[in-house]
Amino acid sequence: MNIPNRIAITPELVASHGLKPDEYQRILDLIGREPSFTELGIFSAMWNEHCSYKSSKRWLRTLPTTGPRVIQGPGENAGVVDIDDGDVVVFKMESHNHPSYIEPYQGAATGVGGILRDVFTMGARPIAAMNALRFGAPDHPKTKHLVSGVVAGVGGYGNSFGVPTVGGEVEFDERYNGNILVNAFAAGLAKSDGIFLSEAKGVGLPVVYLGAKTGRDGVGGATMASAEFDESIEEKRPTVQVGDPFTEKCLLEACLELMKTGAVIAIQDMGAAGLTCSAVEMGAKGDLGIELDLDKVPVREERMTAYEMMLSESQERMLMVLEPSKEDVAKAIFVKWGLDFAIVGKTTDDLRFRVLHQGDEVANLPIKELGDEAPEYDRPWVATTPRAPLAASDVAEPDDYNAAVLTLVGSPNQSSRRWVWEQYDTIIQGNSLQRPGGDAGVVRVDGHRSKALAFSSDVTPRYVEADPFEGGKQAVAECWRNITATGAEPLAATDNLNFGNPERPEIMGQLVGAIQGIGEACKALDFPIVSGNVSLYNETNGTAILPTPTIAGVGLLPDWSKMARIGGMQDGDELIMIGVDGSHLGQSIYLRDVLGSSEGPPPVVDLAAERRHGDFVRGLIRNGQVTACHDLSSGGLVLALAEMAMAATRGLSVSLSDQRGPTHALLFGEDQARYIIAVPADLADFLRASAESAGVPFRRLGTVGGDRLMVDDVVSIAVVDLVNASESWFPAFMS
Amino acid sequence: MKSAVVQLPGLNRDRDMVDALTKISGHAPVTVWQTETEIPDVDLIVIPGGFSYGDYLRCGAIAARMPVMQAIREKAEQGVKVLGVCNGFQILVEAGLLPGALMRNTSLRFVCKEVLLEVVNADTDFTRAYGQGQVIRCPVAHHDGNYFVDDATLSAMEDKRQIVFRYAGGTNPNGSLSDIAGVINARGNVLGMMPHPENLIEAAHGGTDGRALFASALDVIAA
Repeated sequence: MNIPNRIAITPELVASHGLKPDEYQRILDLIGREPSFTELGIFSAMWNEHCSYKSSKRWLRTLPTTGPRVIQGPGENAGVVDIDDGDVVVFKMESHNHPSYIEPYQGAATGVGGILRDVFTMGARPIAAMNALRFGAPDHPKTKHLVSGVVAGVGGYGNSFGVPTVGGEVEFDERYNGNILVNAFAAGLAKSDGIFLSEAKGVGLPVVYLGAKTGRDGVGGATMASAEFDESIEEKRPTVQVGDPFTEKCLLEACLELMKTGAVIAIQDMGAAGLTCSAVEMGAKGDLGIELDLDKVPVREERMTAYEMMLSESQERMLMVLEPSKEDVAKAIFVKWGLDFAIVGKTTDDLRFRVLHQGDEVANLPIKELGDEAPEYDRPWVATTPRAPLAASDVAEPDDYNAAVLTLVGSPNQSSRRWVWEQYDTIIQGNSLQRPGGDAGVVRVDGHRSKALAFSSDVTPRYVEADPFEGGKQAVAECWRNITATGAEPLAATDNLNFGNPERPEIMGQLVGAIQGIGEACKALDFPIVSGNVSLYNETNGTAILPTPTIAGVGLLPDWSKMARIGGMQDGDELIMIGVDGSHLGQSIYLRDVLGSSEGPPPVVDLAAERRHGDFVRGLIRNGQVTACHDLSSGGLVLALAEMAMAATRGLSVSLSDQRGPTHALLFGEDQARYIIAVPADLADFLRASAESAGVPFRRLGTVGGDRLMVDDVVSIAVVDLVNASESWFPAFMS
Repeated sequence: MKSAVVQLPGLNRDRDMVDALTKISGHAPVTVWQTETEIPDVDLIVIPGGFSYGDYLRCGAIAARMPVMQAIREKAEQGVKVLGVCNGFQILVEAGLLPGALMRNTSLRFVCKEVLLEVVNADTDFTRAYGQGQVIRCPVAHHDGNYFVDDATLSAMEDKRQIVFRYAGGTNPNGSLSDIAGVINARGNVLGMMPHPENLIEAAHGGTDGRALFASALDVIAA
């Protein structure tokens, strides 16, 4: 059987591989001849936006990526951050947007699988997952189907693999009608001397294929993920991979066992563009060539061509460079777990990427240039036009405050997400200290007496659209704030940048502005970006998504017995607001969901205040002086109060007499750098004094007690009514 | 008391179970791989939760046919205590060591939440540290926990007090017949249950209601 590699390379074939004419010319210049069909596929896989970051690289370089705790920044499978005692946390967030829209269950499932593999490839056992999900309008005909499939897919993979899902986001907006977002985060624990990297070392060493067999699923997936959608989307279903969490769980255990034996010189998971990307990355990073013999690759389908094998995105596969003396022990581990283990090639010293199939050399390309010399663009961009200011006095007050609060509490975007997270295993591994529903998920560090990690994922896309720079800052600040609200010290973050078509200057302007804002906030808050992912071309028929740079962060709690929770307060405790009086209604959800308007600029984040207020709150929590803590974000003061009341099932009696401004701005304003804390009543005066000396605004709000949320004579709602409004929206929507 | 935890590919709460047994008894259990044909001399064998073989056939159906299950069957016949939790319960049912079947949840969705359990029979080797009729908290996390058995078997089981746990307070998460959450064999040494007592044994879990089950089975003083 001889499968041809000699398909004529026409301009149409080049275009269908997502390569522009100038990019194809670059290939011709680079290799000095016409590429073979397989080689064209390899270039297409390596040079698409998803793998090469060709539109974003120039801007990503401006982000802060180092710090005293950063062991590994961007460029590896995941970032690595020191959490003391020789322990490290390994984490990353990655999108699986396009596949999840085409086939929600498998798209979401393999998104989770891919990010878990990124983490354990580095030698870390996954300990926590989060998912930031964004869907179209609730009344769009596809939305329910997509929510149902994506949530089931996330759960189906993570639950079976055995990692607790401890947080995330679920939002709806009509701008995601044709392009949903599925951003999957995973974190794992390792020892600082047990980190495995993808850089190949040593000439003539065996390259080993591990895990599941190769099929035709996902062929061309990375190229598909780098294009816009149109009505032909159904034809793309075969490019979505199929997940097998059982095999992934076996692969995890086998890899961790293998890593203990000293058999692994370098290891790389097969994600986007599978065998191609993993082999090229390992070789290019190590300044080595790689030779692959495709006849040795375990396959599950007959008559697969070299092209298909090189571009397959079959899941649960790894490639490694093996210490040859350990071959027998390594193979025995994989046999025990029922997985494939096949030597499929070797490292070479010629810096070529050579692929053999049925006696032919089907590809022979310069390995460094495949990755390192991918096209890089300085795409033209225009800054987003600033929105006209919007004074609170120009925004109508609600006729009925109680009705407005209940509307927000029971709205599609602010209501309880219990329907979603009860489908995720949130407690497996026995270390979950805070499950979804609070400010951040918190997980104990196994084997340590008191240490824990906090995780949060945040972005407010409507802010980013109105002002990409401020919106980028705010995404980082809110993540930092949510982690701080548990008492944890925010250490580092991963970014998942979801935007439209970067070839349009206004979209490129959003990307540039957001990255600049993210960079500024990360610098000011000492919160470096250690890993990330860019997803562009999130457009359907020319309509882009809201710009959505998701920030997922990790924080460290040295002693979780002093952790704060959203609902930990007791009757009689004093409620305090840390931060300025609410004043900013531009881009607020009050404006959007009560008044139906999207006017004004987003709130500006004063990063110095953010840091000062956060450091102050964290100090109080660590001193054991706080019984509950919650950050203020969408919905402002009154929504934060409602969320605390619901979490504690306790009433709150609040007065705004300490504050100045129009009532609706005080209650619904989305000014930044703010928290509500609950403290024992006898500590309140003492804490006010320490706040004043730290230059931190301190507003007494009221006391905990009763069974109603009451604010002066404007709001009075039974907590049980809040809970009913909050808990009923999602189940009613999905029923 | 010595214990053993069975390991099969796809089980994923084995580490939780090892941790719980270690913390409660002060001794780490031995682990037994699926291909073992003999089980060490222990007083309690635990099959933990997870997705053995991916649950790609009926839950537990493949695991129930692995060599280690024959060894467990022999131990059970000798009177050794066997506990199956979640997937472990499904495996015991598939192996014929316990009556009934576990079907897909009526919601057709995976469910992870805390429920209430009534200790219906506190006179077993697994529940003697609880009070008869005591209601405890316990988390569940499963997709196929909807217990079913035919009427004649159910009535025989009730006569022999083989229903050990029932979901209480309207918290049945899966549609189980007669709110059944855990059952024991007629001899009283093989218990299967869907909820996860191993995930509620210390302050960090938010409660310790699961401890007494292990304290009973391991014959240690409940703390």
